[in-house]
Amino acid sequence: MAGKSTVDVFTRKGVDEKVAKLLVENGYTYTKVARANEKTLRKIERILGERKLKQVLNAIRTKERAPKKKKAKPLKKPKLTKKELPSKIEPPTPIEKKMTKILEKSGRSLPKSVLKDLAARLEGTNIQDKLLKEILGLATERFENHVIDPNESVGIIAAQSIGEPGTQMTMRTFHYAGVAEMNVTLGLPRLIEIVDARRVPSTPIMEIHLGEGVRNDLDAVRTIASDIERTMVIDIADVETDISSMEVLVKLDKRKMERKGLTPEQVLKRLGKAKGLKGLVDMREEDIVVRCDEPSYKKLLRLSEDTKSTPIKGIDGIHRAVIRKVGGSYVVYTEGSNLEKVLEMKDVDKTRTTTNSIMEIHEVLGIEAARNSIINEASKTLEEQGLTVDIRHIMLVSDLMTNDGDVKAIGRHGISGRKSSVLARAAFEITSAHLLRAGMTGETDSLEGVVENIIVGQPVTVGTGAVNLVWSPQKKEGDAK
Amino acid sequence: MMVTGVTKRISAIKFAMLSPEEVRKMSATKIITADTYDDDGFPIDMGLMDPHLGVIEPGLRCKTCGKKVDECPGHFGHIDLAMPVIHVGYVKEIKKLLQSTCRSCGRLLLTGEQADEYSKERDRMEELTGDSLESSSISAESAKDASSRTSCPHCGAVQLKITLDKPTTFREEGHKLTPKEVRERLERVPDGDLVVLGIDPTVCRPEWMVLTALPVPPVTVRPSITLESGDRSEDDVTHKLVDVLRINQRLRENRDAGAPQLIVEDLWELLQYHVTTYFDNQTSGIPPARHRSGRPLKTLVQRLKGKEGRFRSNLSGKRVNFSARTVISPDPMLSINEVGVPITAARELTVPIRVTERNLALAKEMCARGPTPPGPGYKPGVNYAIRTDGRRIKITDKNAETVAESVEPGYVVERHLVDGDIVLFNRQPSLHRMSIMAHEVRVMPYKTFRFNLCVCPPYNADFDGDEMNLHALQSEEARAEAKVLMRVQEHILSPRFGGPVIGAIHDHITGSFILTHKDSSFSREETMKMLEKVGDLKLPPPSVKTRRAERWSGKQLFSMILPKDLHITFKSSICQKCSMCKKEKCENDAFVVIRNGELLSGTIDEKALGAFKGRILDKLARDYGPDTSRAFIDRATKLAVGAITIRGFTTGIDDEDIPSQARREIEDAMTQAKLKVEEHITAYRNGELEQMPGRSLEETLEVEIMKVLGKARDTAGQIAGRHLGLENSAVIMAKCGARGSMLNLSQMAGAIGQQAVRGERLSRGYWNRTLPHFEQGDLGSEARGFIKNSYKSGLTPTEYFFHSMGGREGLVDTAVRTSRSGYMQRRLINALEDLKVMQDGTVRNTADAIIQFTYGEDRIDPARSVQGDAVDVDDVLLTVLGDKGELIAKIQEKGVVSYGIQDRDIFETPEDAETEEESDFEFGGEEG
Repeated sequence: MAGKSTVDVFTRKGVDEKVAKLLVENGYTYTKVARANEKTLRKIERILGERKLKQVLNAIRTKERAPKKKKAKPLKKPKLTKKELPSKIEPPTPIEKKMTKILEKSGRSLPKSVLKDLAARLEGTNIQDKLLKEILGLATERFENHVIDPNESVGIIAAQSIGEPGTQMTMRTFHYAGVAEMNVTLGLPRLIEIVDARRVPSTPIMEIHLGEGVRNDLDAVRTIASDIERTMVIDIADVETDISSMEVLVKLDKRKMERKGLTPEQVLKRLGKAKGLKGLVDMREEDIVVRCDEPSYKKLLRLSEDTKSTPIKGIDGIHRAVIRKVGGSYVVYTEGSNLEKVLEMKDVDKTRTTTNSIMEIHEVLGIEAARNSIINEASKTLEEQGLTVDIRHIMLVSDLMTNDGDVKAIGRHGISGRKSSVLARAAFEITSAHLLRAGMTGETDSLEGVVENIIVGQPVTVGTGAVNLVWSPQKKEGDAK
Repeated sequence: MMVTGVTKRISAIKFAMLSPEEVRKMSATKIITADTYDDDGFPIDMGLMDPHLGVIEPGLRCKTCGKKVDECPGHFGHIDLAMPVIHVGYVKEIKKLLQSTCRSCGRLLLTGEQADEYSKERDRMEELTGDSLESSSISAESAKDASSRTSCPHCGAVQLKITLDKPTTFREEGHKLTPKEVRERLERVPDGDLVVLGIDPTVCRPEWMVLTALPVPPVTVRPSITLESGDRSEDDVTHKLVDVLRINQRLRENRDAGAPQLIVEDLWELLQYHVTTYFDNQTSGIPPARHRSGRPLKTLVQRLKGKEGRFRSNLSGKRVNFSARTVISPDPMLSINEVGVPITAARELTVPIRVTERNLALAKEMCARGPTPPGPGYKPGVNYAIRTDGRRIKITDKNAETVAESVEPGYVVERHLVDGDIVLFNRQPSLHRMSIMAHEVRVMPYKTFRFNLCVCPPYNADFDGDEMNLHALQSEEARAEAKVLMRVQEHILSPRFGGPVIGAIHDHITGSFILTHKDSSFSREETMKMLEKVGDLKLPPPSVKTRRAERWSGKQLFSMILPKDLHITFKSSICQKCSMCKKEKCENDAFVVIRNGELLSGTIDEKALGAFKGRILDKLARDYGPDTSRAFIDRATKLAVGAITIRGFTTGIDDEDIPSQARREIEDAMTQAKLKVEEHITAYRNGELEQMPGRSLEETLEVEIMKVLGKARDTAGQIAGRHLGLENSAVIMAKCGARGSMLNLSQMAGAIGQQAVRGERLSRGYWNRTLPHFEQGDLGSEARGFIKNSYKSGLTPTEYFFHSMGGREGLVDTAVRTSRSGYMQRRLINALEDLKVMQDGTVRNTADAIIQFTYGEDRIDPARSVQGDAVDVDDVLLTVLGDKGELIAKIQEKGVVSYGIQDRDIFETPEDAETEEESDFEFGGEEG
């Protein structure tokens, strides 16, 4: 008898069991019925009759399968002790408090950074209140003079300020400042990469700071680095292919093993678990042997390659870890990046460890962190080239890119493709597709942006175009409207 | 009462699809014949050039609206297609529709509830984001869901799989669907189901995506050109329409005559091809339709698309009148907000003047002068007068008198440019807003535009043949706005970093250095010569007065142009960065102190006046306003030019002369470096080289060699530098920041150093060697592009070749960079252009989504900021507490920031970034 499971498939879909059995006995499996064309359907009809067929088909063709029971994973409650919460905001010093009070009284305000700068200079000078008031008065006056005007088209200014120095940047990749051994994409390509919101940067790099206890202990740092660095068999052993006995010989290098803190048993265990090598691995004296189970050179070659590239320890995606002494303590720099796994490690300082992969930061630490990361990476790139760009411009770009909780690229796949105006999108790229779509969906362009208004030939909506000056020359006082 | 001054605005544009009925309704005539003109050259009725479609020839009148050439906008016609044809732009949509609707009843293949759910989600998304992409992704999802069904939930009909054979053929399980069948199916889809699929049924019925009538654009859209030979040359679109018409005709005839199915189908497909290419001649999968000459035709989509398309080149940017372009040249005697306009240009560019009672006499006078007033001296004439009825009269020398007499209030006369007119001045590429600034006109003889050299940096202009554009403004609003917002002095501070972009360059810096360095002083005659151009100044008593002579110190003269209440302290760029600053007692005279507008100590050089770095400019522009700073820059320019003229300044090959002793020393250093490199190579060959962690042996060797050679270059530079003192003109220029750097100098006098491609020593070319002059595998310094000669001593042939390799990389790099950064900037601008600061201080986009709650977190305008800071705290303290107070001393001691000489070098590596590509020194591809 046709297997019970075949019947089960039908019943699970809500087909009557009797009918299902009947179908199965006649040699129709579920898929056969589901994909039946007219001809087969007619055959089935002969077996079941019209009414039952309809029932069956209805059952089968409702797309809604019994919903897969998703086991709702209970969210891991983040275990945060108070100590681990880093606080970047220092409590106000007495002089800061005093200044805030004076400002409050006068009903004006100053940005925190200005207050901080002032406080740093005035701390411990016992300045008279009168003078302090005067200083704050002048500072607020200057501050208010420097405030931006409403309707200023800050976007365009930001774009120009970042784009204009682009012509002065280099295209080459350079050695990382501090770590001569590593190559980093810098200059224009890096800036483009940031703005494009690429998933993986062309040269991912991590800067891993370590915890209090270990950061000054070179040996401890070495072990951590070797735990981070992805080690493959080829890194710790010579791999030879023995054609005569159809074997792959792994000759372990003791010195290298020791440096990585590995024992032959560990390597054997790892190799034994590796994909495609299961059950073929054995120990022979000092060496590990991978037998080939088929008399095929092709297979042997593949085995050899598989063996060589079997990871023994380390973190995915990190090819190299380099130790550097920075400001008295050791820091691990890596080529390749895996923030999630690195942060899980014990001795890593989670508050200072970073990566240059913005997307990774977004996934692991969230959108605000990604926003800051974009700002940091972009200003670092520009600064490194000796170009000064006001941080506000970079901030604006970053804020726009991360505005809706997701990192969006600058360009047709990101921000520009999502503009509400059809004309603006058509003027940027893929003109015809946008226009055709607009006709179909009946889009309305409310002409609120800049390009749209340029296209139809009227003043734009930013800057002086945002206001209207109305003057009626004949109007006298008391005139009705 | 009439309200004036309110401008009308288009509030919105709604897009919709044309139905066949609409096409026919708006059509002025039906087009049936493929011929355009008859033998006499007259357009054929109901042909593609039918006079009902508008007029393109002057003198004729439109048969539809009766208007003349520039008045008639043109009228659409239409072609009735013999058989329906699929619109290429919508094939994807049609496919989606066919797949997601029932083949027999036309309903959407979703149950009512599912459809409702999707609609709800859509509405919600639209309400929340207003993001077109979001809602379209939902309709795509619902379509996908629907098309995965195999039977209709409404009528139970079994659905067959529909595939699309690109570009326009639909198949149902292999069986071909004709456009007619497709259209019939689409007709059956009810309006309600369309909403779920993202189609608005009020503006678009899916069956309209299969065309039965084709609109024919007016002739004004596709004018034919009459060649010199008298032949007519038709527009590409006309050509394509001819094809469509011809096949359409044949198809109709064959079908009506009952021709075999096969022939009809072939013709139908041919019609489909022509209609497809009529819309888009770059459709993938079909060969593009070609002109007789073999050039692919430019059809509708090609007209709109891309950089040369309608959108980017005609709608987003437009050609203008009243503009001029010519070569630029420098003139330090002009103010920075002036531009010298050649007389010939000034006579072409005009400004419209509305005649009133008050200027009637003047207007008449100018009018009477005509378009070419006779000399001597420049007097503005008038090119055109516009009468009260709007007629434009061209004024010639002959009719000038008569027109002048008829001028009365209400006329508009277009007057030539005169001194003081405000115009826009621009140099491409317009990368930032300082690329277009407003200048005041100075009409001058000769044929170039001239302006002050201090305005070169914002335009990034030089005078090696650059050309610039000038636009004469035509309305009062435009002039007012330009005057307030766009004048040069308003742009001294750049919004990019809050520092000056307009300032002294090159000789001006050298000049001010010569003027103020140490104890330079000038005799009465020299002083007078210098101050003559600067203008209205009161000469202070001479600093040195002996019986025989009076002398004025340069510092004294410079102080004359400073505002009387200026206090500033900073280090100038000749500063050696000693570990202990001797401040006022600096032996290099590098510590600038200005109190009460008196230059007490220090040298005025790039750090004081230079574009990008000038601290005095920075302070003046921010605290004293644009007009004071403009006056200061103008005077400083003249003073510096005066100083350098009096002293005289030149640099030549003898500036790189070094004693033969030094030459030998350099040679020794080079030989030693070479030997050391060879040592490293031998060590490497013998396997004695110690590997660097994380580097291969080869890489380690390269790093070591680079280190040795880099050092050798530096040593050579140092040896040469020892013999180059401040009496050397080239050194003066390098030290005071006018031009060049000490690195450039050491390359000229010492050695050029290692050439690099991609940051590595040269290695490619021949097999295992760079040139056949060397042995294979030679890793030595000479074989890999080290140049031990200097620019002055001259290069050996191989060195010259290597140098060219490095130079070529630089050129390629520049070429690639400009296009890449250009595209990046276009994308940035497109993404950010709609953002503005609202009245409440938030930054929002057009969808009213808040991007930032406070602009830049502190509302500070970067152009007004103090190099990025909101307030110059040190300056505030200094102003309030005074210079000498006890408190200040206390604060100073704390040394939070070295007080008062807050010295942030905002351009750490200026030479690498700022030197232009033209400068020969750059080619070296130096690796430090």
